[in-house]
Amino acid sequence: MFYREAGDFKTSYVADNQTFPIKFDRYRYYAVLVVAFGIIPFVINDYWANALLLPFLIYAIAAIGLNILVGYCGQVSLGTGGFMAVGAYACYKLMTAFPEVSMFIHVILAGGITAAVGVLFGLPSLRIKGFYLAVATLAAQFFLVWLFNRVPWFYNYSASGQINAPERDVFGIIITGPNAPAWATYLFCLIFLTACAVIARNLTRGTMGRTWMAIRDMDIAAEIIGVNPLKAKMTAFAVSSFFVGISGALFFALYLGAVEVGEAFGIQKSFLVLFMVIIGGLGSIFGSFAGAAFLVLLPVVLKVVGADMLGWPTDIVAHLQLVIVGALIITFLIMEPHGLAQLWRVAKEKLRLWPFPH
Amino acid sequence: MLDASEGYITEDGRKIGGVVMEMKNITLRFGGVVAIKDISFDIREGEIRAIIGPNGAGKSSMLNVISGFYVPQEGEVWFHGQKRPPMRPYEVARQGIARTFQNIALFEGMSVLDNVMTGRLNYMQAGLFAQAIWRGKAEREETENREAVEKIIDFLEIQHIRKTPVSRLPYGLKKRVELARALAAEPKLLLLDEPMAGMNVEEKEDMSRFILDVNDEFGTTIALIEHDMGVVMDLSDRVVVMDYGKKIGDGTPDEVRNNQEVIDAYLGVAHD
Repeated sequence: MFYREAGDFKTSYVADNQTFPIKFDRYRYYAVLVVAFGIIPFVINDYWANALLLPFLIYAIAAIGLNILVGYCGQVSLGTGGFMAVGAYACYKLMTAFPEVSMFIHVILAGGITAAVGVLFGLPSLRIKGFYLAVATLAAQFFLVWLFNRVPWFYNYSASGQINAPERDVFGIIITGPNAPAWATYLFCLIFLTACAVIARNLTRGTMGRTWMAIRDMDIAAEIIGVNPLKAKMTAFAVSSFFVGISGALFFALYLGAVEVGEAFGIQKSFLVLFMVIIGGLGSIFGSFAGAAFLVLLPVVLKVVGADMLGWPTDIVAHLQLVIVGALIITFLIMEPHGLAQLWRVAKEKLRLWPFPH
Repeated sequence: MLDASEGYITEDGRKIGGVVMEMKNITLRFGGVVAIKDISFDIREGEIRAIIGPNGAGKSSMLNVISGFYVPQEGEVWFHGQKRPPMRPYEVARQGIARTFQNIALFEGMSVLDNVMTGRLNYMQAGLFAQAIWRGKAEREETENREAVEKIIDFLEIQHIRKTPVSRLPYGLKKRVELARALAAEPKLLLLDEPMAGMNVEEKEDMSRFILDVNDEFGTTIALIEHDMGVVMDLSDRVVVMDYGKKIGDGTPDEVRNNQEVIDAYLGVAHD
């Protein structure tokens, strides 16, 4: 009834190729942008920023990155945590070496460095697929964490082995360190998320995305009709790692502030982002958002409902979270391999016809 | 009727041009198994060339040699008057050779439109950054190629399933979408591996009509493998017959039909 595409005719291929071909979707997208950029920064406080919004924004970037690799190109990766660490340490080294350069540039450069590292560790994908590739990327995860732990140059020889984000500003507004206002860090992350999502969407709906999906769906046929598998896989690793690197840099500089690599970017982080992608929906940009939102919200909701309202012990609530996430992964893999994004799509299909389904 | 250099006129009056592709003494082995033994034949511009033979004769291997998937141990492949060095399949595709597959090899997770658009990769040159911001060359290319693809979609009468995911389509339509994807590349040589396998009579008639139309309207040179003798004899201008990796016949359908070796291979012959 309220979700209509009837009468929404396209008269040019440009109009048909746009990101949101249906008018209703387009307006909803604008509304979300207005709320995110125009309203939330004015009502945000430290609790909301640190408990929900910042982790959501940052994990969404990582999930988009991993989704490009796993969901669009079909190359399984368990190295996300390691690549986030590359982004974080690259950002740290850049921040401390060039204090006067803008944070925007540091974060983008950190993404670029991660992209190069991602391509390096993506090279095995030319020879191996599936589980074996997953194991190869797992090696990247452990190697990178080990590297950042053992080579003091990466943490500037600090006694604790940690890296701490120094205070930096953008246009005079402090965005890192303990004195940064919540709205500034929020906006900074939001800008990156919006840019990443738009870029990811543009890449996946165009030539690049089609070559990735061709490799995912049938690599031999793809090669015979003219896809260069080397180029397709390496660009997927590069773009994916670029986004993951940006999320790692933001995670360190704006969200945590101080990082011990094994704790912040360990194997659990790789799995967390992979779960976001699976629960959200493989091969869907919206799914990356949904998955990130879901897994960021779940512990908070459980804590509020379980510990605060029902008065359960906190350790039980924490364990309950693991149980629920595990059960959900299994449920989604069996019932709906395309995740929340597919549920959303089905809901839209139904809404198009509602209330007269025949 | 056959003229070695200048081409020939078919029975139905189409003019066939010079040699597009020439296979010279191709031998392909898998370990000790000889799949193709010293086979030579040519494919001429504008013709429909069939490769037939009993199961296991090496027809599909021959097509895989042409499309660069297998590299023969001996022999030369000449394309447009040039000897082709060993190259990867995607480089062969860039030269203008497109193909369909015996078992449908569509990209199941993509829509029909995206599948057919993938066939036009050779015409897409926009860089990563142009694509990332979807401006300039990237947007222009997308629109231009969409127009070309829509012509193919119209031609093959699959407008109604344009946005449907391929995985939801029935078999016959999938075969047609696969043909559309190959045609989208505007190939100089189109290879069809059993385009009518597993189809009913009606679907076969449709597909035959499309193959003839493609040849007629775009002047595409076609090499096809098919088991249905009636279809092969009706469609093709010249036929290569293979058996156990060897060429046992080559000529017009009538010549092949009356070739004693071919009859023996198909009907079996008493060993004494």
